[in-house]
Amino acid sequence: MILAAPAFIAYLAAAVLFILGIRRLRSPETARSGNSISAFGMLIALGTTFFINGVLSLPEILAGIIIGGSIGAVSAQKVKMTAMPQMVAAFNGVGGGAAALVALSEFYRTDALGSGNEGLVAAITSVLSILIGSVSFAGSVIAFSKLQELFFTGSVSFPLQKALNAALAVVVIIVGANAISNGAFLPFLSPVASIVIVLFVSLALGVLLVVPIGGADMPIVISLLNAFTGMAAAMSGFVLANNVLIISGTLVGASGTILTRLMSSSLGRPLGKILFASVSGAPKKKEDEEEKPVNSVGPDDVAALLNYEADKVIMVPGYGLAVAQAQGAMAELMNVLESKGKEVKFAIHPVAGRMPGHMNVLLAEADVPYDKLYDMEDINDEFAETDVVIVVGANDVVNPAANDPEQDSPISGMPVLNVDQAQHVVFIKRSLSPGFAGVDNPLFYDQEKTMMLFSDAKQGLQDVISAVKSG
Amino acid sequence: MSSHLLLLSEFAVFVIAAFLGFELISRVPSLLHTPLMSATNAIHGIILVGAMIALAAPGNAFTKVIGFIAVIFGAMNVVGGYWVTNRMLDMFRIRPAKRKKARSR
Repeated sequence: MILAAPAFIAYLAAAVLFILGIRRLRSPETARSGNSISAFGMLIALGTTFFINGVLSLPEILAGIIIGGSIGAVSAQKVKMTAMPQMVAAFNGVGGGAAALVALSEFYRTDALGSGNEGLVAAITSVLSILIGSVSFAGSVIAFSKLQELFFTGSVSFPLQKALNAALAVVVIIVGANAISNGAFLPFLSPVASIVIVLFVSLALGVLLVVPIGGADMPIVISLLNAFTGMAAAMSGFVLANNVLIISGTLVGASGTILTRLMSSSLGRPLGKILFASVSGAPKKKEDEEEKPVNSVGPDDVAALLNYEADKVIMVPGYGLAVAQAQGAMAELMNVLESKGKEVKFAIHPVAGRMPGHMNVLLAEADVPYDKLYDMEDINDEFAETDVVIVVGANDVVNPAANDPEQDSPISGMPVLNVDQAQHVVFIKRSLSPGFAGVDNPLFYDQEKTMMLFSDAKQGLQDVISAVKSG
Repeated sequence: MSSHLLLLSEFAVFVIAAFLGFELISRVPSLLHTPLMSATNAIHGIILVGAMIALAAPGNAFTKVIGFIAVIFGAMNVVGGYWVTNRMLDMFRIRPAKRKKARSR
């Protein structure tokens, strides 16, 4: 189908708005307007499509948009800030699924009904769109489930996993080639049957690729799957000979790939290691370990430490702080300690809260001045001269096991805050359970250095505040 | 335009868009990685255009069902994607200078 000139120009305008939108998302000042510009572009593209294609089957298109749009809007509005990453995974997954279904529908129309876009390129890109879109869909479902802690949490591995993945990839290539060549390789399989097999095997591949990866790496995986969905959309654009799909999908595919690399390098986690090495580095099972003793304390002990032994205090907020909405209590503890003449700083790990930038925003909301918030690289050398570090609801980001070359764990090589170099460390944490990555923290069991205050983040901080005040 | 030429022009568009995508995201502060991921996530909701075309095209019950699911999926991607990105970026609105105002909101 060759588009009429007005529609072509409208699509082009939409693509330009997407590009301008992404450009403005590079700085915090312009990011919001960037997203609005891109949304406006989307409105133009959808409106155009609606008018040139929608007339024939208006009711079901409208119904589909209303149903899908309401589900999207309600879930996006209701989701808690702490659950943002899995929400993005979910929306990414359905996008990949849509791309695969569009290609499947076109392939079926061409092959069985003789009315779609014929030609070798359309057939090849159909198979690619179904492959990439299905991997993205299934992978996103698993990523969602891991982050939501539904099933497959932690890193799941089994023997011959890589061999199975390779075998499935070979199946996809052979059956896909069979679909493209109209049954030249496997005459007993019709092209439509072949493409359906490609779809299901790709779904299995998507599950198998993400299942062995630990929860801490999920943001990077979601970013990669985001790039996949973009590519799947671009491939569907070739199938439908539609330029706006090709441009926008490719933009997302390419920028998503770069973003994935940026994210993985800022976390010190090479992409290859995340995708292929996690199978071997499964964490030890906890059951066969003895219960190790810890130095469990009450709020009064923490208050005594802060009142009499601390001049310089660094606070480390983590995901648990965000969940408990304890940023106000943390800010109050800062005020109380400062009124007693102590120096207080905050150390922010790049992925604290599972989302870059999350902690800065929460603490700003609680009136903690920006100049007290330090990034990891700016503060890591200061821990050695710090008296007390208070870690609230964080574990993986302060786990010294990540720096231990002897240990092969899912967080090996991840840069962490060097809180183990401080004189004393206080953990305010609900339980001893290992963090999101499923790795035990040796610091918990250092009874000389570490105090464990088992409590909800907010309650624990409030107890410490009143104990410090009365002490 | 012959279909041959059309294909070549599509391929040219693909290659140029790929380079543009690489260039666009060169240096982004880590603070913005998640919102940027979410914003590009919304943009690939453009697949809704393809889903609408697939559903509108002449077909049978099978293509209608598939197309309908694809439209629902695509609409979720578009609406949810932009909405979530917007909520995320809302958090960045709180700057030191405006903090008092933001709190009284």
